[in-house]
Amino acid sequence: MQLAHDTSAKMHIVQIGQLKKAFGSNQVLKGIDLNVQAGEVIAIIGKSGSGKSTLLRCINGLEAFDSGTLIVDQLPLLHDDAAAMRALRQRVGMIFQSFNLFPHLTVGRNIMLAPTLVKKESAQQAADRARKLLARVGLSDKFDAHPDQLSGGQQQRVAIARALAMEPSVLLCDEITSALDPELVGEVLRVVESLAQEGMTLMMVTHEMSFARRVSNRVVFMHEGRVHEIGPPAELFGNPQTAELKQFLSSIHD
Amino acid sequence: MRVELDFLSILDQWPLLLSGIAWTLGLTAVSAVFGVLIGITFAWVRAWGPTWFKWLPATYVEFIRNTPFIVQLFFVFFGLPMMGVKLSPEAASILAMVLNLGAYATEIIRAGIQATPRGQIEAGSSLALNRMQIYLHIILPPALRKVWPALVSQIIIVMLGSAVCGQISTPELSFVANLIQSRNFRAFETYIFATIVYLLLAIGLRALLNWLGARYFFGARRG
Amino acid sequence: MVEFSLWDIVRNLVIAAQWTVLLSTIAFIGGGVVGGLLLVFRMSGSILANRLVAGYVQLFQGTPLLMQLFLTYFGLALLGVELSSWVSASLALTLYTSAFLVEIWRGCVNAIPKGQWEAAQSLALNFSEQVRYIIFPQALRIAIPPTVGFLVQVVKGTALASLIGFVELTKAGTMITNATFKPFLVYGCVAVIYFILCYPISLYAKSLEGKINATRA
Repeated sequence: MQLAHDTSAKMHIVQIGQLKKAFGSNQVLKGIDLNVQAGEVIAIIGKSGSGKSTLLRCINGLEAFDSGTLIVDQLPLLHDDAAAMRALRQRVGMIFQSFNLFPHLTVGRNIMLAPTLVKKESAQQAADRARKLLARVGLSDKFDAHPDQLSGGQQQRVAIARALAMEPSVLLCDEITSALDPELVGEVLRVVESLAQEGMTLMMVTHEMSFARRVSNRVVFMHEGRVHEIGPPAELFGNPQTAELKQFLSSIHD
Repeated sequence: MRVELDFLSILDQWPLLLSGIAWTLGLTAVSAVFGVLIGITFAWVRAWGPTWFKWLPATYVEFIRNTPFIVQLFFVFFGLPMMGVKLSPEAASILAMVLNLGAYATEIIRAGIQATPRGQIEAGSSLALNRMQIYLHIILPPALRKVWPALVSQIIIVMLGSAVCGQISTPELSFVANLIQSRNFRAFETYIFATIVYLLLAIGLRALLNWLGARYFFGARRG
Repeated sequence: MVEFSLWDIVRNLVIAAQWTVLLSTIAFIGGGVVGGLLLVFRMSGSILANRLVAGYVQLFQGTPLLMQLFLTYFGLALLGVELSSWVSASLALTLYTSAFLVEIWRGCVNAIPKGQWEAAQSLALNFSEQVRYIIFPQALRIAIPPTVGFLVQVVKGTALASLIGFVELTKAGTMITNATFKPFLVYGCVAVIYFILCYPISLYAKSLEGKINATRA
């Protein structure tokens, strides 16, 4: 999949400048610079503790960064402004490692909830959209099921549908297959790949290297809170420049 | 309306107060020790004892937990003499408190011991330990460690409940407070004072028991 | 000396037990309302609110209910506020109940995994929507068994109201004992009546807990 890479600033849907974040005395992000274009698929790889998840969580405001700039869809992230955060989260969706489906709601209602509350859609509209999305992720018959009746892979696909119901411009995926049994990983990755092909901007923290290689436009290798190497997958995986990336890649190749 | 609060006349009575506090703590200490012993014994019976015997601790536990402490106390102090068992106020208080804590301790400890992983017990039998040894040395210590906070909370509850024992003239803190306020006619200040003392005792006792637990049960080994 | 039959005794005790039930209901419902308000207040996020409610809970959980009743009845009287034993007992027990319930309920809210909050936030729900649609329904289910269980504590707590002159089951027991000189029998009956009131509630709470755990597994 090839996208025309227009490097003019106004095409950047996520702009991150010198982002820093510390947890207590632990400086997790030491100054991240990253610009993401609309429609780009970015895979973020690295050892645990390198700050990958923290970076993602800063982008939709689940973590408040200490200093630096973070601009999403031309609007700066204002952590203290509830209205701004609400607007942000309608444009940025997140999929979690542990799915986080709402157990007391059916699958259908899980997907319908936010559109009805936040976008003030009617129940009928939301239900129609929910059914379409469920069909999209291959779960049309599960509208009335409860989350605990579904397998992990199915739950994660519902989580994707739920996030898509808000029609985000950017989708953040935080290790979305790490908690799945191996045989269930494929069905989730297929959905993500189709999203990428349709032009969704994706930022994925992932350990699925072959998937990252195949689907992403650029791969970011994070090491100790910084962007250590960045580039198209063929270059990053095929021709790692730094010792750390070389070591990381060899440690994950079995 | 000008309210005159006089706390000094209470502090004058510090020997009396001290003795009241000592009695409260003493009652609590004795009931804690014997109550936990009952708990350890009856927890075992409820979990692994002979079925024909289980009804006894079960009935005891449910009865104590579903009746007020003051009624248990009155029954022991006023009622038992009719059966020929005459107890001093202090003895009746201790007995009632022991029986009360024992019931709660039974349930708390039972929850702890029933959570013991089966592998632990199997390891013990493989090492030729008998059932009592397995219970006391393998099952009980980790269980007590796990339920220690709940046990401490219950001991505090019993300590606060001991305030009622003053009603049968046990010379503990609330009795002393009553005595003082009947002399100085300062019910408000006296009861506030006693309440604050109880609060401090509760905080202090919890800290002490947590420290004790850490020292004796959790051992010098990294647990 | 007038002979009292067992039936006389039990009949009078049961009549007095009505007041126990009434006082328990008032304290439980009142305590629930106050506890609910305190919980919302505490969850509002301000550090002051947090500390105030924590202090309130510490106060009622760390002092004898007896003292709380005495202060309300005898103590306030000295400050010029004269309350009947009814009002004092209701007030003291309501506040007592509210402190325990807010703590129980706080534990239930804290038991909701953080991921639920995060998922709701990520879907652009504001705080009150997060609480109302996601957190509260889940917390409610978890909260019912311990709340029902606490009702037993409230019923037992009403027994102390007898010491400030409120005529409920325990006070009736004391009065009848003084008339009949049969403490073993009378207090025995009193205990049995409390048991009859409390045990079904305890069983119900336990069965509720079993149901919750079964569906969560």
